[in-house]
Amino acid sequence: MTVSPATTAPAGPGNGRLVLALQGDRDEQIFGAAFDGGVIGRFLGFLRPYRRRLLAAIAAVLVFTLTQLAIPLIIRYAIDNALVQGATDRAFLELAVVAFGLVISVNAAANFCQLAIVGSTAEQVLFDLRQAMYAHLQRVSLSFMDQTEVGRLMARLQGDVDALQEFLESTISAIGDLVLLLGIIVVLLGLDWQLGLFTLSVVPMLFVVRIVWLPHARRAFVRARQTSSLVNGALAENVNGVRTVQEMNRERVNFDLFEEKAGDNLRAHLKASKFAQIMVPMVDTLTGAAMAIVIIVGGNLVLRDALDLGVMVAFIFYVQRFFDPIRSLTLQHTMMQRAMVSGRRIFEVLDVPIQIRDKADAIEITDFDGSIEFRNVTFGYLPGQPVLKDISFRIEPGETVALVGPTGSGKTSITALAHRFYDVWEGQVLLGGHDVRDVTQDSLGRQVSMVLQEPFLFTGTVYDNIKYCKADAGYSEVEAAARVVGAHEFITALPGGYDTLLQQRGGNLSIGQRQLISFARAIVADRKILVLDEATASVDSYTEMLIQRALSRLLEGRTGMVIAHRLATVRGADRIIVLQDGRIIETGTHDELMDRGGLYFRLYSMNYSSFDDIPDELIREVLGTGSST
Amino acid sequence: MSTSTAASGVTPTGRSETGGDGEISIHAFRGRPKPDLTILLRIARMALRYRWRMAVAIGATIAAATFQLLVPQFVGAAVDHAQGSLTGGDDDARAALTVAALLLLGSSVMRGLFTMVHNYMGESVGQHLGYELRLLYYEKLQRLSFSFHDRVHAGDLITRGMLDIEGVRKFVDSAFLRLILLILLVGIGTYILLSADLVLGLLALSFVPFVGWRAVIMRFKLGRSWRMLQDRLSVLTTIMSENLEGIRIVRAFVARVHELDKFRRVSDNALALAKQRISIRMRNTSVMTYAYFCAMGLVLWVGGLKIIGGEITVGKLAEFLAFMTILQMPVRHTGMMINGFARASASGARLFEVLDLEPAIRDKPDAPELEIRDGVLRFDDVRFAYQDESGDREVVSGISFEVRPGRTVGIVGPPGSGKSTIAHLIPRFYDVTGGAITIDGQDVRDVTLESLRRAVGVVQQDTFMFTAPIERNVAYGDPWADRDRIAGATESAQLHDYVVSLPLGYETLVGERGISLSGGQRQRLSIARSLLPTPSILVFDDSTAAIDAATEQRIRAALREVTENRATIIISHRLSSLMHADEILFIDGGRIIERGSHDELVAAGGRYRAIYDLQINPEGGPAAEASRRAGEGAGGGEPS
Repeated sequence: MTVSPATTAPAGPGNGRLVLALQGDRDEQIFGAAFDGGVIGRFLGFLRPYRRRLLAAIAAVLVFTLTQLAIPLIIRYAIDNALVQGATDRAFLELAVVAFGLVISVNAAANFCQLAIVGSTAEQVLFDLRQAMYAHLQRVSLSFMDQTEVGRLMARLQGDVDALQEFLESTISAIGDLVLLLGIIVVLLGLDWQLGLFTLSVVPMLFVVRIVWLPHARRAFVRARQTSSLVNGALAENVNGVRTVQEMNRERVNFDLFEEKAGDNLRAHLKASKFAQIMVPMVDTLTGAAMAIVIIVGGNLVLRDALDLGVMVAFIFYVQRFFDPIRSLTLQHTMMQRAMVSGRRIFEVLDVPIQIRDKADAIEITDFDGSIEFRNVTFGYLPGQPVLKDISFRIEPGETVALVGPTGSGKTSITALAHRFYDVWEGQVLLGGHDVRDVTQDSLGRQVSMVLQEPFLFTGTVYDNIKYCKADAGYSEVEAAARVVGAHEFITALPGGYDTLLQQRGGNLSIGQRQLISFARAIVADRKILVLDEATASVDSYTEMLIQRALSRLLEGRTGMVIAHRLATVRGADRIIVLQDGRIIETGTHDELMDRGGLYFRLYSMNYSSFDDIPDELIREVLGTGSST
Repeated sequence: MSTSTAASGVTPTGRSETGGDGEISIHAFRGRPKPDLTILLRIARMALRYRWRMAVAIGATIAAATFQLLVPQFVGAAVDHAQGSLTGGDDDARAALTVAALLLLGSSVMRGLFTMVHNYMGESVGQHLGYELRLLYYEKLQRLSFSFHDRVHAGDLITRGMLDIEGVRKFVDSAFLRLILLILLVGIGTYILLSADLVLGLLALSFVPFVGWRAVIMRFKLGRSWRMLQDRLSVLTTIMSENLEGIRIVRAFVARVHELDKFRRVSDNALALAKQRISIRMRNTSVMTYAYFCAMGLVLWVGGLKIIGGEITVGKLAEFLAFMTILQMPVRHTGMMINGFARASASGARLFEVLDLEPAIRDKPDAPELEIRDGVLRFDDVRFAYQDESGDREVVSGISFEVRPGRTVGIVGPPGSGKSTIAHLIPRFYDVTGGAITIDGQDVRDVTLESLRRAVGVVQQDTFMFTAPIERNVAYGDPWADRDRIAGATESAQLHDYVVSLPLGYETLVGERGISLSGGQRQRLSIARSLLPTPSILVFDDSTAAIDAATEQRIRAALREVTENRATIIISHRLSSLMHADEILFIDGGRIIERGSHDELVAAGGRYRAIYDLQINPEGGPAAEASRRAGEGAGGGEPS
């Protein structure tokens, strides 16, 4: 038996899976390189549309930093020119104050520009990234989507984008910090290079400390992140499975397990915090030492009249600010690492190849008779493991064909190929005489509508769901469609009629009702070909009758390709194709097949209400020896 | 099963879980917003319960602030000494400079150490609070009843558990303690400065009221836009995840453009809100910084005049300016702090909303354990209604029946008729609104939930696979079961052969990160799972719908031994699943329409008979047709 989910195509690791599966292991490897040229390069690509704004932001950062640097200089000017003992000068003081006023006004303006431009551009870029991923996912092959958990993609669409936000916002302030740091060094050396060198002599100490500290701290940080993701994973699983938890009385056991995980998380975070905080007294001690140097060395120079008093004061102010950028840059490192991982994960999604594209000279389908033809089609999901083997058949316009066969026999693949969800390995699929690869996907899609085995409804009103993407469908059209499939009665009985909001995936409707709504949706879409994967079970006989009636109305005047699970549907079809192991083994009308006494006859007479979950032994028995699934 | 799940209950105390206002569920679960301050105070109160940690953190904060504020004085003294204005000789001045430098170094070291303690303790309180909230939240979600989980998106609950706990935690260790530090700095600073020079002191602090005022305004604006943004982002999440889950429908209808438009509308909206937030924040931050610098300019000007007038020394001015430099970082961080406040109150509100709910279904005080003597299940005129905007809607009314050990009751009826509700009422996933359900004479509402649910096994139509080996999934309800018992259960459920055919056998991982099972395999696993805890009462809620008839027969045969001395209820659409039951109830509109044995019901020619004809016996049945065909030949396969 294949291990395939009930509703999606046969599974198997396609290219997409490999990409993300690898990443799965890397999920935990949070602290990689802090700088990844590839990621940064790709990222810059997303910044390109906003380069003018960013240039303006960088200019603003520079202006901001320069004004910051100028403030102690003005104070120095005031002290040395206006306030020296015995040589005070009011005019110079007033000049200094005016200059100060100007500088801080420019500073405020630059500050606002810098913050506002950076912040809004960062948001813009993040939304762009998310939209790019989302739009890309609308085009990547279904085999990728089949094998990738929605939750994992959502983690990238949200978690990783959010992780980048923090990074982006702080990056520009980090640039500011760096510029400030360099500026301070330059100004200190410029004011008095000897005192400057003395003062800066404490900086190398910081690097020594950091080199010893970093590897230990990094381990602690990694551990903290890992435990966080474990705790969150456990919470998520329990929320999703909460009904089973309560049914099985597992609350206590689960709580104990969770408590253990949460405790690990707590301890890991406290340890990480210890490592992070140990740097604080280091930096403060070095700041104090630098200031002490300024006071002793500078003070003595001033006493000897070898240094202006104002310069010494300016030095003190600069040193006071000097270590702030260093401290925030330390925090930046961690954030950078996290951002690089997130960036890689985002670009991985964007790099999933789009396998099915329109040809350059693809045509729009205009005339279309509604026929479907498979010519010697061979197809599979994994190299060397064909699911369909040399399949040929033709469905005439207006004809309804039922596909019958056990799980894994290739029914779903046939319907998927008719819509060109995948490309064939060999042979051709023709719709209305056109090879599906020669026409545009959009025009192909406008000829085929699909009803899935499990009706999928979106959050929104009943009306929205029936109308779906046909923007110009009004209430009358939607209501007419609902009447055709016999859904009008129960819809009007809902509290809000057609405007009733559906809960998560239509949870407030029964399975049968959801089915009927998805039928109505197909009616509104009004396409020549209808591909339908019949629901297997869970519907009672009354609804079954409703659905059968709706189904025949739905197929009226359309070419139908139905994966049939119910006897009534099978019997209602014009022709039946019996599939087994990727080949057509029988085809004909119900009567013809009954007369032949083959697999169909056996299944039918054994009263299988579903043709799906058929025990292997039975198939072997019917087909004699040799075959297997 | 669907309509019956939207049930609810009102609890006598506390807020009810029910708040459904008919909106989509993202919005449905939001009562009236509480004032921000209440929430912040509540978080602060919770944090203050870590008394000694909090005391150490606050003590360290005071010490750190004091030492930090000593620095400007030493700076001022050093400047004066360097100028030689205080002491007589250069030697005295040199000595004084050294003393000032050492004192400054000393207080920097002390300040660093105390800041470390303050930060660490702050984070420690935050982490402990986060831990505590996480456990409370987890436990609460486990206890909240089905009606709550029916109504609230799982994704929404997970977000709350991840991001909102984080928001509250960060508030404690950054915003809350940082605010205390800021208040201390300003407070102690005010005292020192005002006593040093009244006019200069007032000027130096003149920006504080302005910053405070802007901060309050910003706080309100940010709080509002934060909430709006959160809402938009939730909608965006729903759109994205639905799109990805329904990707086949999207592809099938060539709805890419439609879906992108839908996404873009909400995304653009959210982006506009995000930008608005940034502009509020940045405008205020830069205005605050400007006010700060203006105050500095005033100090420089007036201080300069005072120096010229001979009232103060240059050192004093340097002291004032150095003090102001200390305040620059906190002012720059005000925006971040306010943001933290806004986030914390929004997060806190979302979190407390869940934590404050009382489970609609819980043990009565001093409820005894359920005592199984025979294992007789009785429904006595049971009614159940769920409330929505149109009032109470009764989905089950006047149901009475009894199942004795070893006997089987079958329940059949159209969807929405209330069948699943009946199943859910027995282990109290929902509570009856009238009548009573008893087990050996004990009302299910009077005994502990745990003992009740241990005694009742409900096999659901769809069950959840946890990311764990198959073995652990089967033994989910009985984690200590040994391999033999597990294999026994899977054998009864006809799953054993499949499991051992897998390369890793019982160790094969299933669930989100493991292999996926087909619908039939999941149902078989669900059956095996329910058999392990050996319940006295077994309820099969349409739990064989995806299993083929032959396998189902084998499961039934295997179960016959197991169910020998248990009361069994089988709910099914498939008559072949339940026609051997001792009594069959035909339910429609929540009432029993027909009851009796299979033969009686077929003979009665009612609704049951109609379904029987449709399912088992269409025109004499397929088997009959087959044999007829063998004799005559052609017939008519007309569409139904």
